[in-house]
Amino acid sequence: MATPAAPVSTIKGGAFLLEARTPQEIYSPEDFTDEHRAIAKTTEEFWAKEVGPNVEAIQQGDKALAISIVKKSAQLGLTAVTAPEEYGGMEMDMVAQMVVAEALSKDGSYSGWHGAHAGIGTTPVLLWGTPAQKEKYLTKLASAELIGAYCLSEPQAGSDALAAKTRADLSADGTHYILNGQKMWITNGGGADLYTVFAKINGEKDKFTAFLVERAWPGVQPGHEEKKMGIKGSSTTAVYFDNVKVPVENVLGEIGRGHIIAFNVLNLGRLKLGPFAVGGSKNVLAISIKYAKERMAFGQPIANFGLMQHKIAEMAIKTFAAESMTYRVVGDIENNLKGWSWKSENAANSYLKAVEEFAAECSYIKVFASETLDYVVDEGVQIHGGYGYHQDYAVERAYRDSRINRIFEGTSEINRLLATGTLLKRALRGQLPLVAAVKALQAELMAPPTLSAGALSPAEEENRMAANAKKLALLCLGAAYQRFMDKVEKEQEVMAGITDIAMNAFAIESVSLRAQKLAALGKGEMAAAMSAVFCREAMDLCEQTAKVVLSACAEGDTLRIMLASVKRLAKYEPANSIGLRRQIAEKLIVAEKYVL
Amino acid sequence: MKIIVAIKQVPARDSQLKIQSGAQWIEEDDLTFEINEPDAYALEEALQLKEKHGGEVVALCLGPARAASTIREALAKGADRAIHISEESINGLDTLAVAKLLAGAIKSEAPDLVLTGLQSDDLGYGQAGVVLAELLGVPHATIIMQVSIEGGTLRVKRELEDGWFQFVTMPLPAVLTIQSGINKLRYATLMGIKKAKTKEIKVLSAADAGGAGTAVSTLDRVYVPLRTKVSTIFEGDAKSTAAQLVEKLKFEVRVL
Ligand SMILES: Cc1cc2nc3c(=O)[nH]c(=O)nc-3n(C[C@H](O)[C@H](O)[C@H](O)COP(=O)(O)OP(=O)(O)OC[C@H]3O[C@@H](n4cnc5c(N)ncnc54)[C@H](O)[C@@H]3O)c2cc1C
Repeated sequence: MATPAAPVSTIKGGAFLLEARTPQEIYSPEDFTDEHRAIAKTTEEFWAKEVGPNVEAIQQGDKALAISIVKKSAQLGLTAVTAPEEYGGMEMDMVAQMVVAEALSKDGSYSGWHGAHAGIGTTPVLLWGTPAQKEKYLTKLASAELIGAYCLSEPQAGSDALAAKTRADLSADGTHYILNGQKMWITNGGGADLYTVFAKINGEKDKFTAFLVERAWPGVQPGHEEKKMGIKGSSTTAVYFDNVKVPVENVLGEIGRGHIIAFNVLNLGRLKLGPFAVGGSKNVLAISIKYAKERMAFGQPIANFGLMQHKIAEMAIKTFAAESMTYRVVGDIENNLKGWSWKSENAANSYLKAVEEFAAECSYIKVFASETLDYVVDEGVQIHGGYGYHQDYAVERAYRDSRINRIFEGTSEINRLLATGTLLKRALRGQLPLVAAVKALQAELMAPPTLSAGALSPAEEENRMAANAKKLALLCLGAAYQRFMDKVEKEQEVMAGITDIAMNAFAIESVSLRAQKLAALGKGEMAAAMSAVFCREAMDLCEQTAKVVLSACAEGDTLRIMLASVKRLAKYEPANSIGLRRQIAEKLIVAEKYVL
Repeated sequence: MKIIVAIKQVPARDSQLKIQSGAQWIEEDDLTFEINEPDAYALEEALQLKEKHGGEVVALCLGPARAASTIREALAKGADRAIHISEESINGLDTLAVAKLLAGAIKSEAPDLVLTGLQSDDLGYGQAGVVLAELLGVPHATIIMQVSIEGGTLRVKRELEDGWFQFVTMPLPAVLTIQSGINKLRYATLMGIKKAKTKEIKVLSAADAGGAGTAVSTLDRVYVPLRTKVSTIFEGDAKSTAAQLVEKLKFEVRVL
């Protein structure tokens, strides 16, 4: 049994930039309980028996079948992992929810149905519903008697969701609202029974409000199925609201506070994209390794070739990084929820606060995990060569299915802007001592370099790299703020660059600490090799990005001094990453799947 | 009715097996383990019998500490409680020893029915259930496809060869060894997994179960079967070679 992650006192979101952590303080899959493992196993079995054989039919648009599988999964409890027992939920922890998400990730279309229902389709009622609304809807969503969907985006309002035009006007007798407008790209649109719809009361900007709208009501009409690039078997439609009478009891949450629901649901969605993308990556990795072992070229399996091994290793390394980041954040959130239950006072609110605290980290996970999956499917197709381009091969579908993850739940760009924006806001509000940290760093960099205290062990070297990557982020933050002051948010390339550095610093630390944790469990060989390769590659990326960012923030000697600091901070002991990748690939090729 | 189901934890079916250097067993370090497949069907049969006739299902497992996950799974699926004969080195035990330990744990329970899988996926002897019945002094039937109980009497369907079946009526208590695929396995639900935590697992040592005694057979060597290729050329005209081929396919290769 793994030693469980040591409880830490409350962890602040964004504080990772300022504080070092120990291997035992970060949560990782090694901390899963037997119960979590049992949940993973039963969910995988469910997928293999119920979804796997039906992937093709779901692809072909058999909605009734997809819905029947969601309903069947509800009998196992897979649609309501965290919801309270009194409403038919399993009342389990967040890790359990992530484990389920990961185990259901092998097919994007089914994940679409399941994820939209159990995630964005259910979360609003779960967290903002009144007891009466929960009684009426949550119980039926938990059992999947009702299928849920979430209607925020509109034809002219995607990233800019608050520009929504859908409006709700109170009836003269005050008993209901009249809902009018059009939503766009609604997952489960063509199969849902209950829509959470965002609209502006009287069309007023500050009256953005959520409503629970039943499909069966007159005036609610989903459009035709969109013809998509991927996740073709998921349902994506417009939904039209034409003078729909929505009883006032169906206002969800407070009037004018719809954005709070919208953004918090997205936060949770971003976090959950982590396990979905990690599970998807593991699946494509396994498919690709098996293919590489069977496919012969030049008289031998292509798995023997160095360049194929590079791909296999790199797919696993990035997956390891995404996995380590995801579960670390899940663990941090759980840590802050110690002692919490649905019976706690203001339960929903404190739950949301615990997640929102890590808004920046959730954005990192969204960006990093979706880009990892895209990398993995791309290389998966490449390993398959010409066959990877055939629709008969699962990797072709995975390639197309993956692409959406960089677009929905906030595009990669929006998340890159949000992440650093969040850190800056916290700093300005005095919640995160960034300014002090930047000042301390500047002082440190002015001082002559301290002589290194002898050779560092690989783990110590990686800890140093994590610390230095964070310093690169702080250096850039400081320079950007000095240069652009409160206009810095308008400098999108700078903001996104800082996100990339901070995100990679977070990744370096998550990976190296987890590798050390695995080493302490006697299972560290593979992870150590992965960490050695990953940390260096991510550090190179941080260095490159820091140079670009700083060059936009300073000039002349000031810039030259900064760039010298970058060089100093980004330095590391070299490692033979080609040799390490071969070692990693060899083990993966024997196992024919992601293993540590 | 009290039913005891003997379940074993074995390496997962898709495992890549490596033989230990001493050729006494396989490397277990990188393996994942799961319930022996026929045992899963035995458990399901027991749960369905309980649903029909009431009573209690007790899962019994002889195995190392890691087998606890398989025991929990049985509890999550609906077994009421479990007995774990905790023994780290079960691979060194012969069938008689295994059956003795199981019998030792079963005797004081006085069950109405004991179900085991037909055989284990790892060793595949197919003997534990039969020897167990002998030690318990109760009748047994093997390769069971169907079980029904009426008025304290068992009626079972056995699978014979070549598509033949045999129906047997026998008294209770008894031991049945269950064939794979005879029913539809249920999933462990999340609620079941949650509740399993609160169910009782009684842990016994080998000594508590009466001891394993001395082995009467030993495992000599574990090895990967050698592949041998033999080609046969049929002589004669088309008609007679076809007849020879059909004969081979039917009785030697048994695919027809
Ligand atoms: C298959 C699918 C399923 C979906 N499911 C749902 C659902 O269930 N519910 C729902 O409400 N919505 C859903 N969506 C909508 C999705 O969330 C939006 O498509 C997404 O938010 C992007 O909005 P948009 O398409 O209007 O793109 P735009 O906002 O027009 O973006 C276009 C490009 O401009 C960039 N951009 C936009 N604003 C900025 C900015 N301020 N700074 C820099 N760059 C910017 C974007 O990053 C992007 O690259 C789904 C979409 C798809 C394709």
